[in-house]
Amino acid sequence: MAERLIELKHIRKSFDGEAALDGIDLYIRKREFLTLLGPSGCGKTTMLRIIAGFESADEGDVIFDGKRINDVPAYKRNVNTVFQRYSLFPHMNVADNVAFGLSIKKVDKKERAARVSKMLELVGLAGFEKRWPDSLSGGQQQRVAIARALINEPEVLLLDEPLAALDLKMRKEMQLELKKMQQQLGITFIFVTHDQEEALTMSDTIVVMSRGQIQQIGTPIDIYNEPANAFVADFIGESNLIDGVMNADYRCTFAGHTFECLDKGFAKNEQVEVVVRPEDIDIVPEEKGMLSCMVESIVFMGVHYEIMLRGEDGMEWMVHTTDPVSVGERVGIYLEPDAIHVMKSSDEPLASEQEAEEWAEAEEQA
Amino acid sequence: MKQRRYAVPYLVWMAMFIVVPLLIVLYYGLTVQGADGSFVFSLENIQKAFTPAYMKVLWRSIWMAGVATILCLLIGYPTAKILASRDFKKGSIVLILIIIPMWMNFLLRTYAWINLLNDNGLIQQILHAVGIQDAKLLYNTGAVIVGLVYNFLPFMILPIYSVMVKIEPHLIEAAEDLGANNRTVFRRVIWPLSMPGVVSGVVMCFMPAVTTFAVSRLLGGSMFMMYGDLIENQFYFMRDWHFGATLSIVMMALVLLSMLFFRRKGAKEGGLLF
Repeated sequence: MAERLIELKHIRKSFDGEAALDGIDLYIRKREFLTLLGPSGCGKTTMLRIIAGFESADEGDVIFDGKRINDVPAYKRNVNTVFQRYSLFPHMNVADNVAFGLSIKKVDKKERAARVSKMLELVGLAGFEKRWPDSLSGGQQQRVAIARALINEPEVLLLDEPLAALDLKMRKEMQLELKKMQQQLGITFIFVTHDQEEALTMSDTIVVMSRGQIQQIGTPIDIYNEPANAFVADFIGESNLIDGVMNADYRCTFAGHTFECLDKGFAKNEQVEVVVRPEDIDIVPEEKGMLSCMVESIVFMGVHYEIMLRGEDGMEWMVHTTDPVSVGERVGIYLEPDAIHVMKSSDEPLASEQEAEEWAEAEEQA
Repeated sequence: MKQRRYAVPYLVWMAMFIVVPLLIVLYYGLTVQGADGSFVFSLENIQKAFTPAYMKVLWRSIWMAGVATILCLLIGYPTAKILASRDFKKGSIVLILIIIPMWMNFLLRTYAWINLLNDNGLIQQILHAVGIQDAKLLYNTGAVIVGLVYNFLPFMILPIYSVMVKIEPHLIEAAEDLGANNRTVFRRVIWPLSMPGVVSGVVMCFMPAVTTFAVSRLLGGSMFMMYGDLIENQFYFMRDWHFGATLSIVMMALVLLSMLFFRRKGAKEGGLLF
């Protein structure tokens, strides 16, 4: 996993004066499953298109296998793309679609046919050679598109929200299959999505982006448990975001109470933001709690209840728990030290909140 | 089944103005006027239509319409491609400039060409200025073909344009992504996908060109008669409605045959047109 296959060095790109990518530095390792995650308009697709060669960066270098490829046209790059809308050639049947890349490389017909059927088998569409794209379901079309890209044995497969148009069940299925394919073939995958769950499920590395900038790079577990800032915390999963003060190493005050935590290295009495995941909050009898709250509402979510609590200082807490409580009941909150994640106060909290809202809207529409 | 009632006026209209006139043409075409003035069934005119003198005009029509159509395609295809390209979306004004001449009567447009091409015309003056003295521009095959191309070029550009703008830019990117350079992208993706437009453009140019009249007479003189002129002559000057009708039947048969040919071609290329 050590070798750097692709490096982006200070990439900038703007469209009509608006910055889509604002100084991106990133490297991608061989055989890595890397996900670019962010709300729509954050620049993730632009980044993918720059790697594919469909867009060129205004500034900065794209390094592939040690060589600068800024000026190499898309058709000469050893990467292949799976597009959001499949983009199968409507005037060719499945076999011809899949064989397109091989026919350009003048691979002879016999070998082509053999590799096409092997590829179709891999994506679970054995025997579909003679079908036409418009007779296939969305999921099947996407499988053909994946086969069409993978048959060229690219070093890197770029996937631009490939599952966004599929229904939930199909999407889950394809997530697992894609992950399996990636491990089996040992190809580097760069996957673009706005779906945080998808990113957490599939990736080795997640790059969270917002407004053309990288917010955080890390493993799914890092990103979820140790969000770098309020944007990431809010974007990945549900969270309670609270302003607090770091009294000293391992001691933090928020919501009118001083808690023990695992964070250190802040200045004395530095203003910080605290993330508490709803599932990390323990509801205890009022007298045993660190804070006391009243239960405002309970929604049954299937696996757990989503409970809204109101603290004495008026603060709202979201809790995910399987413990039953009832509305109007007074309860206590108990936080283990590892439930508290302290982050540096972000410069523009309003911006990230607004963005998170935009993202939530976009998701509702989708 | 209730909707059928609403189709009745349309059916009556079709019967009155399409089917009945066709039957009348057929009737005239297969009869001759007897000595007593009554119509008698006869294949005499059909035989006459296939004599070399008339076949020559038919072949000339097909040949000229064919050349004009090919020229229209050669000029129209790149034009449509440029108009449909992404950098040219503001180009709707150019599109309107192409369409506006179509609103003018084709006779007017043809007369304009006479003025341009005749011995005192603008083009002759330019040629004189650069030292070419004895160019004959009017009353030859070239003039007729120029007239045909000019008249029917918009009918080539528009169908190709409307197909071109619908080609997903994603498909072109997908082809590039799979290793196709510009030429291969054109050959394997753009050309086949624009085929329905090409076929309907060819049909929309060739059909009216092969049946045209007046353009050839005005620009080509009487030496360059096309089939349409021949039919016009029979009705207008010779007053032989029977033979005129026969020639019309031959023309319609030709049009139908070529429609069938293009239809099959269109179906094979994946786009049904008519």
